[in-house]
Amino acid sequence: MPAYELRLAAPLAGFFALFFLAPLAILFYVSLQNGAGLDLSHYARFLFDPFSLGVLGRTLLLGAEVTALCLLLGFPLAWVYVRSPGWLRPVLMLAVLLPLLTSVVVRTFAWIVILGRQGIVNSALLSLGFTDTPLRLLYTEGGVAVALAQVQIPLMVLPLITALSRIDTNLDDASLALGAGAWRGFWRITLPLSLPGIVAGGLLTYAAAITAFITQSLVGGGQMLFMPMYIYQQATALQNWPFAAAISIVFLAAVLAVVSVFNALGRLSRTHADA
Amino acid sequence: MGLRLTMGALAAVAFLLLVSPGLVVIVVSFTSGYSLKFPPPGYSLRWYVSLLDAWQLQFAAANSVKVALWTTGLSVLLGVPAALAIARSASARARVLDSLFMSPLVLPALSFGLAALMFFSALGLPVSPLTLVIGHVVVCVPFVVRTTIASVAQLDLALLESSASLGASRLYTFRRVTLPLIRPGILAGAFIAFMSSFDNVPVSLFLRDARSDMLPIRMWQDLEGKLDVSIAAVSGVMIVVTLSAMILMERLAGLSRRLR
Repeated sequence: MPAYELRLAAPLAGFFALFFLAPLAILFYVSLQNGAGLDLSHYARFLFDPFSLGVLGRTLLLGAEVTALCLLLGFPLAWVYVRSPGWLRPVLMLAVLLPLLTSVVVRTFAWIVILGRQGIVNSALLSLGFTDTPLRLLYTEGGVAVALAQVQIPLMVLPLITALSRIDTNLDDASLALGAGAWRGFWRITLPLSLPGIVAGGLLTYAAAITAFITQSLVGGGQMLFMPMYIYQQATALQNWPFAAAISIVFLAAVLAVVSVFNALGRLSRTHADA
Repeated sequence: MGLRLTMGALAAVAFLLLVSPGLVVIVVSFTSGYSLKFPPPGYSLRWYVSLLDAWQLQFAAANSVKVALWTTGLSVLLGVPAALAIARSASARARVLDSLFMSPLVLPALSFGLAALMFFSALGLPVSPLTLVIGHVVVCVPFVVRTTIASVAQLDLALLESSASLGASRLYTFRRVTLPLIRPGILAGAFIAFMSSFDNVPVSLFLRDARSDMLPIRMWQDLEGKLDVSIAAVSGVMIVVTLSAMILMERLAGLSRRLR
């Protein structure tokens, strides 16, 4: 097929230059504004302020917790999917896709119902006699991590299904026939070969978890501040645009750093999986 | 413990975790009480009936649908040609464009929303439905580009070559051979773009004007204030609509194969 000319991409490239790259450039410019001049004072304020650094650290840590949780539960689900009989596959796929496409506000609302004082968890604990008073589960970091993991698991499962279904199942049989136990075969064959899928899913889950404004603010509540809400508060409630811009740039840089780590891991894992 | 047993048990937990929140919302939405107590004290349709008078929610939902339709249309018009251009090109410029078009998927949308607000205000443009749609297109067009690229990559070249060797013009070949073959990919991307625009909060927060109330923002603000049970009924409606649309798209476009 004659390749289509690259100029077919010109309209979208122009659109992105004008409405994506130019706004990011303006964001950077505003972050340098200080009175009449330009300097790095807003960055200095962020980087020397324990409170701001705490928000950044807590956000990045939350992403790591959510990603680990998604991997722990998502990997087995993908593993079972590629080994399940034909009738079971559509059921599992529906369970993965429906949450992915359902509104985030709706999914987060579900967690408010589940974790609330009169929610399922508390009703169960009260009726089983484990506790006399309802526990506070909403507005805790654990609650945020579990709710976010549920919201993001599909992003981990889909690339893993792709990666796992590429692995030749004969390798499993060969390893068993040669006397390796099932676990040994898993650690030495399945897991290394699925690394590209783990990295791809990890990147999507991590990026989605740290930027998940709605779930963070509704399940986390007012006391637990993460980067997106911090930016929003500075920009709207306090109308401090230069500082909000500086926080945004720091956050963008942090996300880009994480993305490049994942990309490097991805290249490494692909050479590993091909070898 | 055996490998199969461990994997099966963890997968069952994951399955329950994925499915139960939706079921809980559906059950609670039929409560006869005034609270989100689970299990509900009794069952009724009262909160669904209350939606008939909830003009604020209806207005916000209508706005969200309008914006999502415009966003989807523009995303297809801009995204499909771009995907055709870069799908089969190995040039460095095409790879750069590919990364550029995909970057809104990983960058924080809230930072982009703030940046776009600063951009429009620097140009002296007040926020309006137009700025809102422009912002939504930036974060939704990657889905169209991605699924279209994937379907172009699967095209059988022999079909296109035989069409050309039989004397068909490039435009004719595109209309009669290429387009029908990549249509499911475009459809799947358009569907995801629509859902993602309909659900968007971070960009809408900055780029909508005072008159454009959007459904997810209205729901979010209602939930921040008081735990209103009518939100459960809205959620119930949204889950059923999403499920029906998803099953339809699976039939029309093989959605699940295109999301991987």
